[in-house]
This record gives sequence, structure tokens and C-alpha cells, in this order.
Amino acid sequence: MGTVLAPIRRRLFGDALSTALTLLVVAAALVALPPLLRWAVLNAVFRPDAAACTALDHAGACWGVVAEKARFILLGRYPGDESWRPIAAAGLIVASWLAVAFGRIGGRAALVALALPPVVAVPLLGGGFAGLAPVPTELWGGLPLTLLLTAGGMAGALPLGIAVAYGRRSKLPVLRGLLTAYVELARGIPLIAALFVASFLLPLFFPDGVALDMLWRVLIAIVLFAAAYLSEIIRGGLQAIRPGQLDAAAALGLSPWQTQRWIVLPQVLRAAAPSLANSAIALFKDTSLVTVVSLYELTGSLGLALAGDGEWRPFYLEAWLFIAAIYWLGCALLARISAAIPRQP
Amino acid sequence: MFRIRTLAAATAALLATFVTPAHAGKTLDAIKAKGQLACGVSTGVIGFSAADSQGQWRGLDVDVCRALAAAVLGDPNKVRWVPLNSQQRFTAIQSGEVDILSRNTTWSLTRDAGLGLHFTAVTYYDGQGFLVAKKSKVTSAKQLKNAEICVQSGTTTERNLADWFRAQGIKVKPVVFEKFEPSIKAFFSGRCQAYTTDASALAFIRTKEAPNPDDYLVLPEIISKEPLGPAVRRGDDEWFAVVKWVVQALVEAEELGITQAKVDALKASPDPAIQRFLGVGEDLGKSLGLDREWAARAVKAGGNYGELFERNVGAGSPLKLPRGLNAQWNKGGLMYGLPLR
Repeated sequence: MGTVLAPIRRRLFGDALSTALTLLVVAAALVALPPLLRWAVLNAVFRPDAAACTALDHAGACWGVVAEKARFILLGRYPGDESWRPIAAAGLIVASWLAVAFGRIGGRAALVALALPPVVAVPLLGGGFAGLAPVPTELWGGLPLTLLLTAGGMAGALPLGIAVAYGRRSKLPVLRGLLTAYVELARGIPLIAALFVASFLLPLFFPDGVALDMLWRVLIAIVLFAAAYLSEIIRGGLQAIRPGQLDAAAALGLSPWQTQRWIVLPQVLRAAAPSLANSAIALFKDTSLVTVVSLYELTGSLGLALAGDGEWRPFYLEAWLFIAAIYWLGCALLARISAAIPRQP
Repeated sequence: MFRIRTLAAATAALLATFVTPAHAGKTLDAIKAKGQLACGVSTGVIGFSAADSQGQWRGLDVDVCRALAAAVLGDPNKVRWVPLNSQQRFTAIQSGEVDILSRNTTWSLTRDAGLGLHFTAVTYYDGQGFLVAKKSKVTSAKQLKNAEICVQSGTTTERNLADWFRAQGIKVKPVVFEKFEPSIKAFFSGRCQAYTTDASALAFIRTKEAPNPDDYLVLPEIISKEPLGPAVRRGDDEWFAVVKWVVQALVEAEELGITQAKVDALKASPDPAIQRFLGVGEDLGKSLGLDREWAARAVKAGGNYGELFERNVGAGSPLKLPRGLNAQWNKGGLMYGLPLR
């Protein structure tokens, strides 16, 4: 026993400061945990029973609101009898995140595994072939939309970001100037302004009869916005590669193309992985901004589900905690992925 | 966050001034060709437009669109619902993304004249009121001197508040919230001495959201006029007339005693006004570009105005609002259906 407890005792009660801090934390937990437990579990109503929830008078959590509104919150306005499609689409994307975060996939294979699911999800959600009923993009919503915008946005932004980073190292001053201007412009405006431009201004530039759905306009805005940030991360990575390595590669007879593909880029991506994950996590949460242009992702569909329902609206806190947990899980997964990318297969 | 929202609102307002109607005329033909009416609704206002747990849209504004779809397309379900927040609503109607904006929107001069749209008719006469705690002993809004008043931003509510108290020569401190939930939470936790919003929402907030409804009081003052009704974009007089007259038909149907249940039976009625209404006699649909039974179908979709009111905001709804100003003109209200003849 002593050998097991000794390190714990040393860490928690090693000196006066540690002892004081330990006691403080335990005391805080003793004060905070019982009421929290009472509210969240003991007094809580778990079944979708509005009358029982109202009777609680907020003395306990009404998790019933999640049970009642789960479909609407998670899948948004997608037609009810086609629910399996958004579930499958979200499942694909989550599965790819899980596979990279916990599986044996690494490096280039991981990037491909992350980029493919959003591409597959689009026809699955849209339908119109092989007996799948067509579903307009404006009805896509909830978690699948949040995931699609994140995964699709990153999948589009990373190659573009890499291209821009190389372009900014080009010897052509016009190209360099244009790309610098693009990066500075994209980083100089908030994402919400880019979304407004995509939703209101872009359609005015299209010729008559050409219309691009809001979703695609928003996705383009997200890709362009995220690519500017990613290009700077990649450029930082490129600058860290010592010129000596290029000389060594040339001496080995590798072409410039081969040098970049086999020597430079793998190192850059490995070095940039934590920052890339940072951007992915930021983007995951930023997707909630698309509600301002009428795309009802997770937070938007939660609003639609509760705002107009007097019976359930009083329990919005529980519903928000539910999607906060989803966001937390997603961010945790993305953070783990950053550790997996540099891993060699 | 505040700055982002401000920027968003400013951008939307700026864009709204540049965006002009895309195409004039022929809205009705386009709707018939598509077989679908695009109806702009709110992202959730109890009693007016909200999606239930199954995703079905319900409410007074929603039923107006359903009646319109029934009149124009013969089927109240042929509607594409487009939920719009308060910043987007006008751009959506200007750009032609929706055919009608039925989204508890106040009819005012600047909106009617300056935003490229036309309001068609009033479907609900609302007004802004106050909710206070009884223990504050306040019984009139005029006693709210130096009081902090919780209010939601982004609508006419905030401005009415400032205007009215300035006119009264009373100083108050508005405490502005972006979202509804935090605003009432703040009020009920004692952050403000009063809460202000449209009267149609106040009674419900008191009974449903207050910790103890008996501790709160809705003040008698109504400080603004908020006539709510559907709007269409400018440049298509035919479509404007169709929307205007479908709303008139719903109001007129109540006065004539034509209900959802009795529509078919009343076709045998000897009353010429009812005959005209139901298309048995004179053909009133022709000049609107509709068939002769358009008004009958509009009523059959969800009932006359009185039935719509009772079901969505009146006694048969959680809001339980009295008819008040929204009663028929011959019952002390302002609902005066223009004659269908």
C-alpha cells in the first residue's frame, strides 16, 4: 500500500503550498459538487415530459428537452423520413476523425482519410440519384452541417493554403504581391463579414439564371478565409527548412518537385500540425457564425428548435449544455488528430 | 461579440441600400411554374411562426402563407419555409429569395417606402409594453424614473423605448441584450426593474417564464403601435394584389361566418356575399389571375382570420391573448375586411 500511495502523497501533500492547494480544491469540490449533482442527476427529469419539467421549477435539470428535440437539434430541418442520410454523413466524418485520432493511420494517408468523407457526404445529403430523393441544401442542418463545413472547409483550405504559401515565395513580383494582398485582406476582415459578402454580394456578380446555393457560397468563403491563415502557417514551416537540405537533395539527384514532395512538405506538415489543428478547432467553432446567413448548423438548429416553443424554451440551458458537450468532444478529437498527423504510417 | 453583431447589422443595412429588386412582375406565374410558394418566416416566435418538434411550421404568420398557397396553388402544403433572422429578412424579400415575408414585421413608413418592399395588410395589431416585479410597487411606466430596463436589440423595440421616455421627459437606463433568453433571465434575476417587448409576448413571459407569475405585473401603458403584416417586394402589382386580397378574404370570411368546417356546406347559401366569396356566383378570382374558388380554398386551408387567431395566439393557444384591437370592426376591433365584390 505504502508504495502505491507514496507518490500520490508526495504530489498532493509534498509541502505546505501543495497541502494548502489540495485542501482548497477538495473543499471547493465538496461545496460545488453536491448541488451540481443534485441539479444534473438526482433531481433531473430525463424523459421528454414538459409537465414534469415545469413542475421541477429548475430545481433539477430537464434533460427531457434534449430527448424531445434531439432530432431537430442534431439534424436540423432535414426531411424526417430521410434521417439516415444525414446520420450516415455525420457518421462518416466522425469515423474518419476517430480513425485518424486513435487508429494507425498517419501522414499522407491521414490527410486523405480526412479529406474524403466531406466529399462523399455531399451527394449523400443532396441525393437526386440512385433512388435518393433530392434534398435542397437549405434544408441541411444541425451536426452534419457543422461537420461538413469544418471538414470540407479544411479539405479545401489546406491545398489552397499550401499553394498560396509557395506562391508567396515565388520570384514573380506580381504573383507575390497579389497573394500577399489576398492573405492580408482575408486576415483583415472578420469571418462574419466574409459570410455576408458571400451571401449578399456574390449573387449580384453572377449572370442572370446562374445561381449558387447559399451553402456553396458560404463554403467558398470559409475556404478562402481559412486558406489565408493556413498559408501563413505553412509559410512559417517552409522558412524553417534549412537551405542545406535542398542542396543535399539536389546533390542526390532529386528534381525540385521530388525535393518538395519527399523532403520539404513532410517536414513542413509535421512542424505545422499543432498550428493546423489549432485552425481546425477554431474553424469548427466558427461554423456557428453561418446562422447569420440562414444556414442552421448546430447552434442555429438549436435556436430554431427552442425559440418558438413556449413549452420547452425555459429549458434552453440544458439544451445548450448538450451541444456544448458535442463541441467539446469535437475539439478534443481534432486536438488528438494533430498528434496523429506527424506520425509515420 | 457585440462588435461582431454590430458589424453584421451595419453590413446588412448597407447592403440593403444597394440591393434592388431583381425582377419585376410575373411573381405569380413563377410561383405557379415552380408549384411552390417561398415564404420567409422567423427563426421562432411563439404563436406567429415556429417549427415544432417534428419540424412542422405553425403560427399565425405561417397560416397566412398556407392560405396563400391554397389560394394560388390549390394546396396549403406547397410552401417552402425560409427561416430568416431580423437582419436578413429584408434582403431576402428584395433579392427574390422569398415571395412573401410573413415574419411579424412592423409596418412603418421607412420600411414601406425605403426598403424596396410593400406591406400588404395588417394581420396583427401589436404594441410595446412593460413587465415589472410587483414588489417594486410600480403601477405605471411613468414611475420608472432612472430605472434600468432590459430590452432586446435589433428591433424597433429599443428605439420605441428611448423615444417614449424622452417624450415623457423621464430618464431611464436601457440594458440591451442581443438574445431573448439572456434578456429575460437578466430581468427575472433582478438585473433590471422592468422588461419591455411587444405586448403579445409579455403575457406569456409572465405566465410561463417567471419564477412565480403572481410576483409580476404587466403595466397598462402601451408605448408604441406595432402593426404586423406580410410584405412583398416592389415592382409586381399583380402579386401585391393577390397577397393583399387573400388576407382581406380571411378577415372577411370571419365577418361572413365562413369557417373551415362550413366552407363546403355554405356553397348552398342564398346570401349573395357568401356566394361571391365562395365563387358560386360572380367570378372574383379572374381579375387577380386566380380561379373562382381561390377564397374558399384559402379559408379551407386553416380557417378564417378568427380561427387562425384562436388557434395560434388566442384562447386555444399557449399565448391566450385576448382579441383586443384584433377583433372585427363591428366587435370593437380594427379588423375590417375590405369588401369582396
